[in-house]
Amino acid sequence: MTAVAAEPTDPDSPVGRADPADPTGRPRATGRGRLVLARLLAARGAVAGAVLILLLFALAFGGPYLTPWDYAAPDFSALHQPPSAEHWFGTNGVGQDVFAQTVRGLQKSLIIGLLVALFSTVLASVVGACAGYFGGWADRALMFLVDLLLVFPSFLIITIVSSRLKSAGWIAFVLLLALFNWMITARVVRSMTLSLREREFVRAARFMGVRPLRIISRHILPNVASFLIIDATIAVGGAVMSETALSYFGFGVKAPDVSLGTLLAAGTSEAPVFPWMFYFAAGLLVLFVLAVNLVGDGLRDALDPTAGGAPRRSRRSPRSRRSWRKQK
Amino acid sequence: MLRYLTKRLGYYAALLIAAVFLAYAISASALQPRTYFDAKVPRPSAESVEHQLTSLNLNDRTPVLVRFGHWTGGLLHGDLGRTIHDTPVSDDFGRRVWVSLRLMLLGSLLGMLLGVAAGAWSAVRQYRISDRLLTVLSFVLLSTPVFLVALFLKNGAIAAKDAAGHEVVPFTGYETPGLTGGLGAHLADWALHLLLPTVSLALGGLATYSRYQRGTMLDVLGSDYLRTAEAKGLTRRRALLKHGLRTAVIPMSTMFAYSFLGIFTGAIFTETIFGWHGMGEWLIQSINEQDVNSVVAINLFTAVVVLASGFLADTLHAALDPRVRS
Repeated sequence: MTAVAAEPTDPDSPVGRADPADPTGRPRATGRGRLVLARLLAARGAVAGAVLILLLFALAFGGPYLTPWDYAAPDFSALHQPPSAEHWFGTNGVGQDVFAQTVRGLQKSLIIGLLVALFSTVLASVVGACAGYFGGWADRALMFLVDLLLVFPSFLIITIVSSRLKSAGWIAFVLLLALFNWMITARVVRSMTLSLREREFVRAARFMGVRPLRIISRHILPNVASFLIIDATIAVGGAVMSETALSYFGFGVKAPDVSLGTLLAAGTSEAPVFPWMFYFAAGLLVLFVLAVNLVGDGLRDALDPTAGGAPRRSRRSPRSRRSWRKQK
Repeated sequence: MLRYLTKRLGYYAALLIAAVFLAYAISASALQPRTYFDAKVPRPSAESVEHQLTSLNLNDRTPVLVRFGHWTGGLLHGDLGRTIHDTPVSDDFGRRVWVSLRLMLLGSLLGMLLGVAAGAWSAVRQYRISDRLLTVLSFVLLSTPVFLVALFLKNGAIAAKDAAGHEVVPFTGYETPGLTGGLGAHLADWALHLLLPTVSLALGGLATYSRYQRGTMLDVLGSDYLRTAEAKGLTRRRALLKHGLRTAVIPMSTMFAYSFLGIFTGAIFTETIFGWHGMGEWLIQSINEQDVNSVVAINLFTAVVVLASGFLADTLHAALDPRVRS
């Protein structure tokens, strides 16, 4: 759905590799890297998001060492206690430390989010690039598959299948989430590949007899990399949201594992009376997804010289308008 | 235009058949109705379980293809099969579908209209305070899952009830049971019950659409034809509405198509949280009861709704963009 205008740079042509304004012919790659970094640092939202993500990761993986309490061990002398010096986020109905639980749940949710984004992005780039590059029947069949998977609410299929996968644990759940998360990205990659296929450097490689799969990996995928990076970043947030929603309804992570979703499910009925059981987990969830979205938005501005796709397209750049029209 | 739409319709029909078959195959092989009967107390005899499974077209010893053929035969006569409790699926379906559709249609329409309006407005006022506020708000909303929005609203309603001593806004069910009074009282009651679930559905749509609409509108704002329209004497407001917004909405019409999936998923959450007896609650209940025929009926419903909204988006696209028609 994200409309992205492709204005790929060519890694192999002399113009693409060296900056014409720079007589020493230094590779442009470092210059671009520096430019992207500079733009990213200039965007306050992206910097704040990145700092937040680092802090949350530190909390998720360092938190368990900060507290003497184990996430599963009950403290029978403290049931339903509000936050205190001993139990930082309070305790739940059986005396488990909410801080230890929240940190553990955050850890699981982050790992699931990262893995799902990784798997789905790899799948999307392979399918999209193949469909766009080979065209014809391969394209039609793959796009039919994409449309088919888009017609189902993934939630339906995941809930149906996950009732059978109780023993396989959360890894199976990650694969299921990834399986229903790649279709829209694949469509965008396909449309970018369609225009890349006709570019001189790809044609040259084809006429030189380079094999299709090698062209895809050497010439097509590097040119859609910036889109993939942005998309994978945003997919982490989306995956964490899907994971918590499914776990909330008992179709995702299951006991004895905890994730932010199962914590929210446990805290919901108690939220009006014992707010600490609900709002710490809810707050961290929103904070993390917000940080990911901010970084994704900043990356989109910084990485794409033509400022492709959606939300924050600058109206100042005439190039962005041109590519937008062309793409329509 | 007619040829283009006919072609799309044919494609959607092929998608529908494939999707329904896939849904049937997955549900029939993943769910195990046998365990439901085996878990009954007192435990029925093996023959009677076998007999019941066969009469409900749920027997896992029959190949899936045969069962699918049987089910399709019934469907062609408008029969959706029988639930695991041996009642017609269409009874449940007819009762619940309006409960859900009411919520989904209102929620998606409201989110769409408000989102487009807010996005266009915020693009016109780029970098002003109102634009920045709207941006921050939509980012926070985009980062909050629908079920969490619904829970926040519900908790707010509970807190309001505790503070006021009586129910300020209803937060369970879709009507007050045993309400007396005329049609007006019933309508008001419905509207009040719809308020929180609709708002929790619409907020997500509002945030997404406003972000995209702001982007497409910003592109249009800098365009030459808008300047021309103003130069030939249109007021800015008229030029914006007639030439700007129309162009800026075109890329959005594709988004509307698949947004219904998100709305349906969101509706499952909001229905469960606010205690509505709609399709969402039915889905979770029938998965837990291993009720294959009901699950397939829900799948059929969503596939039809999604494809219908896809077709609607295509029509909208063709109506707005003359290049598509040729």
